[in-house]
Amino acid sequence: MSLATHLPALQVVLPLVSAPLAVLLRHGGVAFAVVTAGAWAAFATAIGLWLEVGQLEHGAFISYHIGNWAPPWGIEYRVDRLTSLVLLLVSGMAALVLTASRASVEREIPRESHYLFYAMFGLCLAGLLGITITADAFNVFVFLEISSLSSYVLIALGRDRRALAAAYRYLIMGSIGATFIVIGIGFLYLMTGTLNMADMAARIGAIESSRPVLAALAFLTVGISLKLALFPLHQWLPNAYTYAPSVVTAFLAATATKVSVYVLIRFYFSVFGESLVFDKLPLPQIMLWLSLFAMFAASFTAIFQDNLKRLFAYSSVGQMGYITLGLSFDSVNGLAASIVHLFNHGIAKGAVFLLIGGLVLGIAKPGSAPPTPSFDRLAGLAKRMPLTCLGIVIAGLSLIGVPGTAGFISKWYLILAALESGQPWLVGAVLLSSLLAIAYVWRFVEVAYLRSPAPGHEARMEAPLSLLIPAWLLVAGTIWFGLDTSLSLGSALEAAGALVRSGR
Amino acid sequence: MIEHFSYIVTVFLMIAGLYIVIARGNLIKKLVGLSVFQTSVYLLYLAPGKLLGGTAPILAPEYGVYSNPLPHVLILTAIVVGVATLALGLALAVRIREVYGTIEEDEILALDHRIEEAEEQGEEHRA
Repeated sequence: MSLATHLPALQVVLPLVSAPLAVLLRHGGVAFAVVTAGAWAAFATAIGLWLEVGQLEHGAFISYHIGNWAPPWGIEYRVDRLTSLVLLLVSGMAALVLTASRASVEREIPRESHYLFYAMFGLCLAGLLGITITADAFNVFVFLEISSLSSYVLIALGRDRRALAAAYRYLIMGSIGATFIVIGIGFLYLMTGTLNMADMAARIGAIESSRPVLAALAFLTVGISLKLALFPLHQWLPNAYTYAPSVVTAFLAATATKVSVYVLIRFYFSVFGESLVFDKLPLPQIMLWLSLFAMFAASFTAIFQDNLKRLFAYSSVGQMGYITLGLSFDSVNGLAASIVHLFNHGIAKGAVFLLIGGLVLGIAKPGSAPPTPSFDRLAGLAKRMPLTCLGIVIAGLSLIGVPGTAGFISKWYLILAALESGQPWLVGAVLLSSLLAIAYVWRFVEVAYLRSPAPGHEARMEAPLSLLIPAWLLVAGTIWFGLDTSLSLGSALEAAGALVRSGR
Repeated sequence: MIEHFSYIVTVFLMIAGLYIVIARGNLIKKLVGLSVFQTSVYLLYLAPGKLLGGTAPILAPEYGVYSNPLPHVLILTAIVVGVATLALGLALAVRIREVYGTIEEDEILALDHRIEEAEEQGEEHRA
């Protein structure tokens, strides 16, 4: 047995081990090195798995049996095209954000808790990767709680005291969501007698319309929707993103809600099956309207925010609307739009929040805690921090969906799916909501580029290179995936093709 | 009625717990509600896993009927998760009490609102 056969286990184990190591070493710098190395190792593993899946035939998957216990009795890890794409996103974002984190963490988190911060980051990463890779329903819950509990701690470490209240609120809402998910899984387990998702799917056909299965679907939908901040269950998100430390916001905004979408796709398409979810229940209509509300209400709210972080937090809720809108079509193009937007939006939001972390460092007075990035503090900042501001604008263009950026690809497929489903008015809705995105990105452009800086604050001071380089790699990613879509869109289409009507 | 007794208890605890989380403004009481809610799920798994007259899964000629041990194992994990959630929630409540001086949700919101107003006024002052 070579190391390569154990890649699926290593994917989770490497970052998982880095967390307790960081605690034992009790030193901020060393903990940073260990957890960052763990994240890069996870990223390398994800690339390895990606290549391995690429060699398989269409729709095939890698199955790994933990402890050599054969499924459905043992826990199975399963990697198909969709899984490996999400693994790439999560581990890649973690590796880049962690590499960029040092300067920001130095200023925003008390020195004595640096090693604990990095340990929590490692745990959160391990949890998110575990949710993605596992094919065991109860295992999903366990990893979900590992990542959630560590993200509550990460958010509570923010400098502002409102971070504590935000973390508490997220803990309550997140735990309710997770408990709903366990209730749903419990019903499924009671009815099918198995926890392996593929096994569940095979047994669910005969009892599809029984009441416990429908109840399970309802509990899982509400629970996961809480986790992915589907409008109107997004109340925890804006404050949590606003008051969390900058690097935490960058990582969570890019990955946590995206992994929840992945779980929803898994349960809908791989466990319950489309005929139950989309044909027998009015779920597509409900999801369509909630997505539209998110796209408009949240983006509209974003325009009127005075805090740049909160503005982009509301934009995240709006962008999640596009992802769930794609799901509601139940077509290959719709699902592909969701998956590709999940990927593209993750990269763009990661870049935006990382660069905002740079802005905050730039406007901080020496020796004092970094201030909130409110608009009056950002006036004329483009002259002082040209690269940081330009990066935010380019990633912002991707949020709008300007041709040539990654966001355009997702919206294009969303529009295709809307036309296919015979709802051309949705094209107008997508375009109209993009106008709202132009408005909130323009607010930043106006303040940073067109206003003049306060007198005495003209000196040039760019964010540190250790932060700028990883952030600009992400910015370059938003352009790259807008031009060469073979990786993002290619695999999204392949994954969607394998999931949608896989029985046919 | 009697054969559904365990389900009725489960659902009662579930609804009571969720109601406390939503209806109470005290951070500690909310956590109590959350714990009751989570505990109801332990029952949801455990009660159907019990066979009347069944033993622990021991392979011996004198025991023919045994209960499935898997639900117990799952719930052991869920209990650990519940304890961790409660501990973290209480720790956050302690920190909130330290910086805000209260654990009532409406008072915390009022204090936050006051900070936001002060921030806005400070900004106008600077402008």
